Amino acid sequence: MITVTLHHFVLVSFGLVAAGVACMVTKRNAIGILMGVELVLNAAALNFVAFNRFHPWDPTGPAPLDGFIFAMFIIVLAAAEAAIALAIILNLYNNLASVDVDKAREMKG
Amino acid sequence: MTLAEAHPVTRVAPVLFLALAALTVASAWAIVASPNIVRMATYLLLTLTGVAGMYFMLGAELLAAVQLIVYAGGTLILIVFGVMLTASNPGLVLKPCGWEWAAGLTVAGAMAVLLVLALIHTPLIWGYEGTVPVVSSMEGYGQVASVGRALLSDYLVAFEVSGVLLLVVMIGAAYMARKRGGIKGVAQS
Repeated sequence: MITVTLHHFVLVSFGLVAAGVACMVTKRNAIGILMGVELVLNAAALNFVAFNRFHPWDPTGPAPLDGFIFAMFIIVLAAAEAAIALAIILNLYNNLASVDVDKAREMKG
Repeated sequence: MTLAEAHPVTRVAPVLFLALAALTVASAWAIVASPNIVRMATYLLLTLTGVAGMYFMLGAELLAAVQLIVYAGGTLILIVFGVMLTASNPGLVLKPCGWEWAAGLTVAGAMAVLLVLALIHTPLIWGYEGTVPVVSSMEGYGQVASVGRALLSDYLVAFEVSGVLLLVVMIGAAYMARKRGGIKGVAQS
């Protein structure tokens, strides 16, 4: 059986990042774009945890936790950013009666 | 006998990893392919759960629990709220036209090719040959006590700053999303 190595986790992270970028670029719905951003952030956090897990460490010392803590902060910041993005989308909907980003052509509120 | 041979649980890891990875990546691409916003939210839920499963496989148990609680149970519900609050026409489907799909997928495909080339040409082997050491050999790895200790000693500034940031975000989001007297441009029936 193949041992699961760092390459496999990084490949999963690649798949997520590519899907997130494709989602951000092709979606017309503003919430769809937000979902693409969430996918990219998840991919980055998975990358951090995978590299943290496979980092060489001295077995007599404490286990490394840096990537782990980074991933926790990524989750915190992604939740905060999703809240702000949804508040902006609600304002967009109130002004335009639609969440289609093609209709948002003016900067003036 | 190495630790990997002494603990046979590592032998089922490739099958479990393949199942979780397939679930995660397939759900992520289903989000891209689906035009219906509620279906996209469901596929996002599946993707987040798949990523939480991968965190469990990497031994990051607290992070997987936080991912399920905060991300799948908080952020996704917030997104569904947003979907329901902005649904002007339930049958409305916002689809990009043909050339937009081509342009978008070309960008994503070029980025994927670039990343795969970078992965192939980067030596990721550090001396452990990239194998997974057994989780129990890393005492306290990913457990609540060690993470708590790290958060309050090495990462104290970031911890406090993120608390202030969350406060600011809550106030800002509540202020921005307040009700201002109805929806302009939509006929009130």
